[in-house]
Amino acid sequence: MTENMESYPLSLEGDGIPMVRFQNVTKRYGSLVVLNQLDIDVSAGEMVTIIGPSGSGKTTVLRMLMTLETIDDGVIYVEGEPLTHMERNGRLVPASSAHLRRMRSKIGMCFQHFNLFPHMTALGNCMEGPVQVLGLSRKEAEERSLELLDMVGMIEKRDQHPSRLSGGQQQRVAIARALAMRPKVMLFDEVTSALDPEVISEVTSVIKHLVDTHNLTMLMVTHQMGFAKEISDRVCFFFDGAIEEQGAPTKLFENPERERTQQFLNAVLHAN
Amino acid sequence: MTYIEFLDVYGGRLIDGTIVTIYQFFLATFVAVVAALTFGLMRLARSPVLRAVAVAYIEFFRGTSLLVQLFWIFFVLPLFGITLDKFTAGFLAVGLNMGAYGAELVRGAVLAVPKGQWEAALALNMAPHNRMRRIILPQAFIIMLPPWGNLIIEILKGTALVALIAVADLMFEVRQINITTFLSAEAFGTAIVIYYVIARFFVTPGMRGLERLMNRRIGKV
Repeated sequence: MTENMESYPLSLEGDGIPMVRFQNVTKRYGSLVVLNQLDIDVSAGEMVTIIGPSGSGKTTVLRMLMTLETIDDGVIYVEGEPLTHMERNGRLVPASSAHLRRMRSKIGMCFQHFNLFPHMTALGNCMEGPVQVLGLSRKEAEERSLELLDMVGMIEKRDQHPSRLSGGQQQRVAIARALAMRPKVMLFDEVTSALDPEVISEVTSVIKHLVDTHNLTMLMVTHQMGFAKEISDRVCFFFDGAIEEQGAPTKLFENPERERTQQFLNAVLHAN
Repeated sequence: MTYIEFLDVYGGRLIDGTIVTIYQFFLATFVAVVAALTFGLMRLARSPVLRAVAVAYIEFFRGTSLLVQLFWIFFVLPLFGITLDKFTAGFLAVGLNMGAYGAELVRGAVLAVPKGQWEAALALNMAPHNRMRRIILPQAFIIMLPPWGNLIIEILKGTALVALIAVADLMFEVRQINITTFLSAEAFGTAIVIYYVIARFFVTPGMRGLERLMNRRIGKV
């Protein structure tokens, strides 16, 4: 931390506090600045999609929120409470591992390469967190997991190991696994990028179903522009570690204001 | 004396020696596995003290001769008040020596588990010890089985050195037979065949079976 922490509130107060707030967040790898003084709020129940060229810091935003990456400056708040920091003697200090553990329980994440546990079945993958972390009985965890596997259309494959599942099937199990922890915020990090084109829709339709039926807060990094336009409440275009432009999907996709946004969308849409 | 007559006269002693060798082998393997897991994981610990202890163990047992270590444990430790009977000193020396190589296998295998697995476990908010026990080690185990197959054969062959502190294993018996009869070709020839048969027809298939079993448990056939 290179700056004065007193400019950051110990917690966010008042009506309509955001589910997630990045305040002045900077991430560097050596001399490379990946995210530069990022400010972004995500409201409860909002679906925010992040698009942008590779290397623009999109994925880093999700990884910092999942606490897979530390931050170099700024504070991230979840439900008004600091995630990356905690209060001690009236000031913010870097979060302890106990604080991170408590805050992390609010967040779930799906990865580009699914990262299912290969030595467990689909059902075992979903039950692992509820049993080991939440302390549910095996019976309760199984009920919860079966319900979710049913929702993602994977109930018949519950006893299969990941090596026997297609990419799309693995990703659907991964979504069920993350949801079994009952997170308040779900992060989707390029969840369709590793999939064959013909199975992308089986994953996007699950996410669409989630948006329609659950009041989850979601952040998604994707290259599927059509999908982003269809389901997002807001789209953020990232460029060089900062938000270049953001807005409602119709606005951003049909009427982008910034030249870089136009260039990026032109390049992506022509490539498709 | 024909070879059949040789076996008739000395077969009993060869079998007794082989049984002791097999005991030494199993106990040394057990010591090696426990030491490898303990020090291999300590080598990855966050605490610099734990890491330093592990490095010291690995450096000492890997960097010096097994025979010298065996003599140390049997002849020198008593000078410090730790007296072990020869049987215990034997498998302990072989096990600790091979455990140092095993510790590096454990460490390498843990580090070879894909980063995404660590991240997925963290995203599920698993505590570090649960993550290691439930997610990382089961996968590391599968990764390290093939190199452990080699190491376990090394352990078997390493046990031959315990004859030098007079543990009555196979090597000890054939040396005795050789000294009293001068039937060197028969004595040492038989020993070589017995070591080879144990390694080739018991240890190797056993490890292969374990690999198949573990792969089946993760859905690969």
